[in-house]
Amino acid sequence: MSTELESESADPGTSAEPDEPETGGWTGGWTGALRRRAVRALPPDKLLPDTQPAYMASWIYVFGVLTLAAFLVVLASGCVLAIEGPAWWRTSNVGHYFNSLHLWSVELFMAFMVVHLWGKFFMAAWRGRRALTWITGAVAFVGSVGTAFTGYLIQQNLDSQWIATQAKDGLNSVGIGAYFNVMNFGQMLMWHIVLLPVVVGVLVVVHLLLVRRRGIVPPLPLPGTGSGAGSDTPAAAPQIEEEP
Amino acid sequence: MSRRARTPEPDPYSFGSRPYDLVKEFTIALVAVLCLTIVFATVFSSPDDHPLTIATWAKTDSADFTATALSELDSTSGTATYGPPYNTASQGQKLGPLALANLAGVTYPIDTAQVYILDPLKSAPQTAPVSSALSQYTTASADQQNTWTGNYSDAITKANGDPTKVAKGDYGPVPTLLEALLTQAQAGSLDGQLLTESGDFYQTDYTLPLLFLADGSYLASLAGQDHLAGDQWGMMNETGNYPGQAWLWLYTFWYQVSPYDHSDNGDALVWGTMAILTLAFVFVPFIPGLRSIPRYVPVYRLIWRRHYRELRTRE
Amino acid sequence: MNLHSGVNAAPVNLNGPGHYVGWHVFQISVANLTVIVVMVLVFLLAVLLPFPKGRGRR
Repeated sequence: MSTELESESADPGTSAEPDEPETGGWTGGWTGALRRRAVRALPPDKLLPDTQPAYMASWIYVFGVLTLAAFLVVLASGCVLAIEGPAWWRTSNVGHYFNSLHLWSVELFMAFMVVHLWGKFFMAAWRGRRALTWITGAVAFVGSVGTAFTGYLIQQNLDSQWIATQAKDGLNSVGIGAYFNVMNFGQMLMWHIVLLPVVVGVLVVVHLLLVRRRGIVPPLPLPGTGSGAGSDTPAAAPQIEEEP
Repeated sequence: MSRRARTPEPDPYSFGSRPYDLVKEFTIALVAVLCLTIVFATVFSSPDDHPLTIATWAKTDSADFTATALSELDSTSGTATYGPPYNTASQGQKLGPLALANLAGVTYPIDTAQVYILDPLKSAPQTAPVSSALSQYTTASADQQNTWTGNYSDAITKANGDPTKVAKGDYGPVPTLLEALLTQAQAGSLDGQLLTESGDFYQTDYTLPLLFLADGSYLASLAGQDHLAGDQWGMMNETGNYPGQAWLWLYTFWYQVSPYDHSDNGDALVWGTMAILTLAFVFVPFIPGLRSIPRYVPVYRLIWRRHYRELRTRE
Repeated sequence: MNLHSGVNAAPVNLNGPGHYVGWHVFQISVANLTVIVVMVLVFLLAVLLPFPKGRGRR
């Protein structure tokens, strides 16, 4: 129910038709442009679909969401470790238990991610303008390896001492060690709990949005068949998009 | 190999669709992972070997401690001869023509004799013999210092690291200094001393004590027992029977084979190799041959077998 | 000197000397090998196991 004041713009939040002169030509500025672009790229039923292509009939498809779930458990267990700080996981039984949760969720995360990667590779999932999906996933993998590495460094146990004094040689050999000092606990802690999780997190979000945007890659055509012909190259001509 | 025609990929929904609950699937996955994590953590716990302190090292293997301290004093230790980023004693490694380590420069200067021997001794109250040994050493010429340390190094090697069995010789104040340092280390003060030597109250940088431990053999011997050494695929391994960073398998593999395993630039070569392979991995979609492997290793036929069967039925 | 932590209350104590298997230049811990073998098995099962039929087609 609109009041007199609202009668001219019943839904003031959207200027979906930019040429409507009711607000004096105001089409929302940067905000409106961003919103329209976002909705065009990912309309709600594409962002959160309730159907899936019929060819998604394999258990291999669950490893993406398993990786994501494991990532969230890693983050959550990491947050609990952060609450009490570095000494906790070595001096308290509860702390040690959360240390264990964090370790095993990381092992699961890496395992699920690699199985997901194997599946996506053998599906040539970069086809149909999905190269960036592959790239963000691959870089997220590399970022995760780096994050795990800094995690091992900040355990503050014998393992950390050894890993730090060994890894320094590799990093020093190419000049990285001059700025990234694996023996500097404070620096490694901040990379592990702030910088790298942000980088990996952003990559994961972009990766997921790309999956939603492009849809799940269709099956490779069987050799000799013409149906659903595609190529291994990622930059095919624009595919037929579903009209929102 | 003929170039495939670049036809667009079909729309994902052109083969039909089925109902699907994304949020429910995510929730189930989350609960499943949480349960798995809890089970593993409860059943297996996690490894936590106590870190090595300088005190423990000095008490357990005083011979190795003394030998390492001597090498820091006469600048023959790993750290003293390292090169960038700690000093200019060497040029650092090269990756082909690229001297990247040298380019980055000395960002963490360490004078090992000062930092590991002389400053710790000066900072603690010493008996008269040690104080005079200190001033005798610091006022001597570099040549004189080298003579003393060189002689002592040879003698202690002959005595199998046991200072009590060293033959008489011209060692100057060196044995006194090292003995005092050993006592200080065994009492535990060197651990804290190396951490706060810069003069700051707050410290989170363990570079000095870690490099000192790494210059000795004791830490390495403990690591070797746990299969953590570089030539044992150590990078992948964890203490005890825990899984380690198995995903580092390819990075550590190169250290086991020629030329990486004996090259002076081994570390840089491994980094260069892994950088190239990582780029190849990230850019698979654009690499001919590599991106066609899925067609030639037809796992896809298993994944999409139902789809192909239905297509055949429709035809 | 054994620097392993004190009492480990976990039902399965994975501390203690690690077990390794090797062949020529290759060497791997039983733990890592188990992880990798399980991953390969899971991948094969995921690809081979039949997927339940969909509730309906559109």
